[in-house]
Amino acid sequence: MLWTTWDPWREIQRLQDEINRVFSGVAPTGRAYYAQGAPGVNIWASENDAIVTTEIPGVDPKDIEISVTGDTLTIKGTRKTEEPEKDVIWHRRERVHGNFVRTIHLPFSTDSNKVQANYNAGVLKVILPRAEVDKPRKISVRTAD
Amino acid sequence: MADKEKQVKIKKDESRPAVFAERTRDRKTFVPAVDIYETDDNIVILADLPGADEKSVNITLEKDLLTLEASLEPESHEGYNLAYSEFDTGDYYRAFNLSEEIDRDKIEAKMKNGVLRLILPKAEPAKARKIEVRAE
Repeated sequence: MLWTTWDPWREIQRLQDEINRVFSGVAPTGRAYYAQGAPGVNIWASENDAIVTTEIPGVDPKDIEISVTGDTLTIKGTRKTEEPEKDVIWHRRERVHGNFVRTIHLPFSTDSNKVQANYNAGVLKVILPRAEVDKPRKISVRTAD
Repeated sequence: MADKEKQVKIKKDESRPAVFAERTRDRKTFVPAVDIYETDDNIVILADLPGADEKSVNITLEKDLLTLEASLEPESHEGYNLAYSEFDTGDYYRAFNLSEEIDRDKIEAKMKNGVLRLILPKAEPAKARKIEVRAE
């Protein structure tokens, strides 16, 4: 688990997210959004690195700002609305737009120089290698002579 | 890194009746969020389909039923475990009923950065025409 201290409010929030996720398959707005238009993230971890993915369709990669400090990853960006010609009639406006910020605590501290990010088909993928000092070390047990 | 805008093919099938069928794939299906606006000449549909490209998106026009579909492989990374999850991945499906006044041969569909842009031009008679009143 990523959180170290138990916070009941966070648990309630998590339960709510969980319920939203269950219903997101039938909800007209589709996939999960964290809050206020901030995109949800998935974290995939291995022994040596972590992959953070997030769905932010329709963003110019230049408008995405990623920063890493220790075990914290911040993704900032703007989803711009298309401003069509003046006299249009809107039938539906469901797509999320505006600024978003997500700060994610990773299960380990990362080597910020080696972080890679790519944006493809509206999905942002950030690859965060685990810092050398943070890697698990094997300690051999010697018998006393 | 930025996607270029890519053309999406539209299948037109007049023979089959427009019937909603249940899906049998063992995967979640999401209803994509859309923006729809109408100008004097076109109806424009913008749909968020993150993860889909021009090859995985299927657009079908059967009589008046316009269907957007995309089948995607669920997200997975070899050698990695999902440690924390806030969103699911799966297919997309949404259907719209078009009115008669669309020029079916000039429909345009493009994909860019996971957003589908469908331009449905209005047929000539449906466009608003200004009728001048002349004095005799």
